[in-house]
This record gives sequence, C-alpha cells and structure tokens, in this order.
Amino acid sequence: MSDTPDVSIQQTSTLSRLRLTWTAAIAGFILLIWILLAVVGPWIAPHGEAEIISPQTFAPIGEGGILGTDKLGRDVLSRLIYGVRTTLSLALITTIITFVFGVALGFAAAILKGGFDIVVSRIVEAFMAFPSTMLALVVIGAFGTSQTVLVLTVGLVMSTSVFRVSRALGYDIGVMDFVEAARARGEGTWWILTREILPNCMAPLIAEFGLRFTFSILFLSGLSFLGLGVQEPAADWGLMVQENVGGLFLGSSAALIPAACIASLTVSMNLLVDWFQQRQQGETVLEKIDE
Amino acid sequence: MYKIILWRLGQGLLTLFLASVIIFAATEILPGDVAEAILGQSRTEEALATLREEMGLNRPALVRYLDWLNGLLTGDLGTSLATKRPVADMIESRLWNTVRLALLAAAISVPLSLSLGLWAAMRAGGRIDKTLAVSTLALIAVPEFFIGLVLMKLFAVELKWLSATANTRPYYDFWDNFRALALPVATLSFAVLAHMMRMTRSSVINIFTSPYLEMAALKGLPKRHLVLRHALPNALSPILTVIALNLSYMVSGVIIVETVFGVPGLTRLLIDGVTLRDIPLIQACAMIFGSVYILLNLLADVLSIMSNPRLRYPK
Repeated sequence: MSDTPDVSIQQTSTLSRLRLTWTAAIAGFILLIWILLAVVGPWIAPHGEAEIISPQTFAPIGEGGILGTDKLGRDVLSRLIYGVRTTLSLALITTIITFVFGVALGFAAAILKGGFDIVVSRIVEAFMAFPSTMLALVVIGAFGTSQTVLVLTVGLVMSTSVFRVSRALGYDIGVMDFVEAARARGEGTWWILTREILPNCMAPLIAEFGLRFTFSILFLSGLSFLGLGVQEPAADWGLMVQENVGGLFLGSSAALIPAACIASLTVSMNLLVDWFQQRQQGETVLEKIDE
Repeated sequence: MYKIILWRLGQGLLTLFLASVIIFAATEILPGDVAEAILGQSRTEEALATLREEMGLNRPALVRYLDWLNGLLTGDLGTSLATKRPVADMIESRLWNTVRLALLAAAISVPLSLSLGLWAAMRAGGRIDKTLAVSTLALIAVPEFFIGLVLMKLFAVELKWLSATANTRPYYDFWDNFRALALPVATLSFAVLAHMMRMTRSSVINIFTSPYLEMAALKGLPKRHLVLRHALPNALSPILTVIALNLSYMVSGVIIVETVFGVPGLTRLLIDGVTLRDIPLIQACAMIFGSVYILLNLLADVLSIMSNPRLRYPK
C-alpha cells in the first residue's frame, strides 16, 4: 500500500529502476486513481451520499445521473465516489488490526519461544482449521452488525495467517549470525526486534500486507453484499451491489458498476503484489551492484 | 501407515471438538444472552427471568455446552428462536440444494482445472502459460458476486438462455434443471478454478524440475513414460491436497452464490439466521460447514499419506 503512490510520482529515471511491468503500471495507476478519489471524493461528487436526485429509480446510464440512479433514485456516481472512501478505509483499518495482532503475536512467539509459542500456535491452528467466513458469521450473528464489530471480527479472523508468516520470519531471521552478534553485544530484546529482525522482514511483510488488504476488501464487500456488513444509508461498494441486484432485470447496471469497481481494486492490488514479489525474488547481487 | 492415519484421524476429532468449543464460545461472549435477544426492546426483568428459567439459561455455561454437544451428537440440533421449529428439520429440507450445487461445481472444476494446470505446467514459461498465469491471478481477486452478476446479466437478462433463479421443482425435466442450475454451478466453479489451476501448475512444475526426473529424461525415456510412470505418482499427493483444499474453499464461495441466484440452500438459512440473530440455527449451520471443511482437510491429509510413502514414517 504505502509504496504505491511513489510508483507514479517518481518519474522516468526511477521508473526503470523499479522495473515496472505493464500490468503493474496499469494496476498502480488504477489504484492511485481510487486512492485520490477516496481523498477528494466529497468535493467532486455531484450529489450527496444519500441524496435522492430523481423520482425515477434504476434510471439507465446517462439519464438522471451520469451513471444512472439506484433503487431509491440516488445518484450512482456520487454513491460510488463516496463508497470508495468507506470501502478503502474499512479495508485499511481491518488490515492494520490484522497486522498489529498477527505481527505482535508472531514475533513474540518467535522470540519468547517455549510455552508461549506452543500455546499461541496451537490456538491459531485450531482457528485456522475452521473456515474463516463461518467464524465471522457466528460472531456477527452473536453481536449484531456494526462497523466496529465488523472491522474487529474480520481483522482478528484474518490475523491467523499473518501470525504464521511473521512467526516463521521471526524464527528464520532470529537464528542468523547478525542477530547472534547483536545478542553477544548485549543489545536488548526490543533493539534486536526493531533494528535487526524487523528491517529484514519488511519485503515479505509488505507483500503479505498487500495480500491481506485485497482479501479484506473481498471479505468486507462479501459481507456487505450479504447484508451483514456496512448498513444504509452509508455508501459502500459491496452494499451498493446488494441494494441494486434487483435492478439487473430492469436493465439497470447499478449493481454491476460497483461490483466491477471492487474487482478493479482487488485485481490491481493482486497484480501489484505479484509484481512486488517477483521483483523481490529477481533482485540478485549482480543487479544490486549495477545500481 | 495405519498408525499414522489413525493418529491423524484422532487429530481431526480433536479439531472438530475445538471447533465446537469455538462456535459455542463465540456465541456465548456476547453481552446479554439469548433471552434478551428474543425479547428485544420490550423486555421486563420478570419476563427475562422467566424466559431464562424456561430455556435453562441460568445453568452454568459448561453445562449448557455439554448439553448442546450431546444434542449435536444425537442429532438434536435445538429449536430455532425465530420459527420455533426444530433446527434439524429446517436444515434437512435445505441440505440437498447446497450439496447438489457443490457436487456439480466440483465435478466440473476439478477435471478442468487439473488439465489446465497440467497443460500450463508442460508449457511453463511459454505464452499460454504466461497468459494463464496473469488471468488466473486476476480471477482469484475478483469477488464471486461479480462473476455471478456478469454471467447473470449476459446469459439470463440479455440472451435469456438460462434462468437467473436456481429454484428447481420436482416436476422439472433435465433441460429445466440445466437452465436453473447452469449459472450458479458455473459461478461456483469459476471461484475455485483459478486457485486450483495455479496450485496444480506449481506442484507439477515442482516435480518436473526435480533432479530425478531430469535423470530419467537424460536416460532417454519417452515423454509419455516420463510423465505417467515417473512424475504422476509423486504429483498425486500434492494434487489430492489441492483438490481437497479447494473443495473446502467452496464452503465460503457457496454462500455468495446461493445469495446471488436465490438458491434455497443451507447458507441462505445461515445468513437469515445471522440477520435474525437466531443463535441455535447459526450454531448448527456453522458446525455443519465447519465439519465438512475439517473433514475435507482430513481426507486430503489421509490420501496424501497413503499416496506418498515418505509421509508414512514420521521423522
């Protein structure tokens, strides 16, 4: 996430060094547009988030609004622009919760080892043996739907895989010579963690962050689509799909447009992560010397 | 070998038990209890107390858990809060719709993705392989409801070839059934196809690049012999794992597909239960899906132990 804006801001000289492929460039561009819209959305949206602009419901594209109107006669384009903010920010908060929990527990398990590691690992295994969607549905069923419950549930459910990744990374790097040397120098646990282990885990963790971000967009919009996620009148892409499915038979695209937007977001994200991973793998010592 | 399989089966049982604990605990930690959920806003202290007494909510959580578990094992899934009908009856009438959907999707997606994955692996690095790699990578990230809606718009709304609702009737002939089920089955297949293909490709390539196969090729063995006699036996175990993993992935895919096409299946029941906060119904459905998921993973492990001699002896 964090490195996507630089992709297009830095100009040609760095572009070649990024070894940007065509797919990655397009994906980055799409993502950048959505992020920009999320920031400036409310100022450029032609109508309000829940404002009814036309008595005609499910107006086709070009009538009533640029992209038509939805089941209540609200402007699809405006809701789409407001929706990107909800969709992206909820996914971002969820992913951050996932990472804070997963990475903290994972590294703690890798460094403390022993009893703590065994207990936490067993618990995580038990949770992973169970489908995450079911887990989220059970919790949402028990607590009811609110954005707090949603974000916390999905965040915690997803953190199991981040725990596994960061625990494995922590174990791998924890036994390297330079960590050993730091220990011999008498550095504290915190110093070793933040100065020795964490910087060496950055690349795989960034890739994991991208994957989790994609997954949380899919997860959250899926829940919204089922009517269990974001609730009206807030605009969210998954919710917009759910609201307007009925219009499909009336010739309206009000459900297809937000669904396509979600797809564009997640596909771009996935392609970018893939590019990042390939680039990370491809970086040989010789290439580094050349630079 | 049997010792290891038994050991793995024991682990599976333990996981099932843990799953039941997780489900029960997740519905127990809510503030308030089922009695409050039933009475809602109009509750008085007396009404709450009577209802709690009636439903046995005053007993400690452990007793209630054991009671619930005992019910699960003897086929008594409790009574729905919303409809006051036994949960087992509600599930029974829906079960077949979901099972049929999953079986049909599996019958289509498994052979298709295995052959596509194998094809891509044989031509690794070529144009076909690269195109398939990018398109499956994209397809993985596409939400299931998008695929479902596009297919629906195309084949049901525009072309009017297929039906958009998957409601089948007992008097339907083969063609009617096909028209009703084609779209949901196709959507569900799409949802697992890309995953399964990529996993097949990478596990086959893993074997194709191993030294023993290079040796076999250098001996001058014919290609058919190479693939069938040398590569396939070793590829079997990862491929079986891939199949089972993806079938268990269908557990979440089927939720979306049933909602998009209005299939009166088990997951619709679950979603309705979640919306109405019908705890016994949610617990029963989640337990069923969880068990299927756990059993499929268990099956994958057992099959790969049986097909791979190296896994039969623990280190």
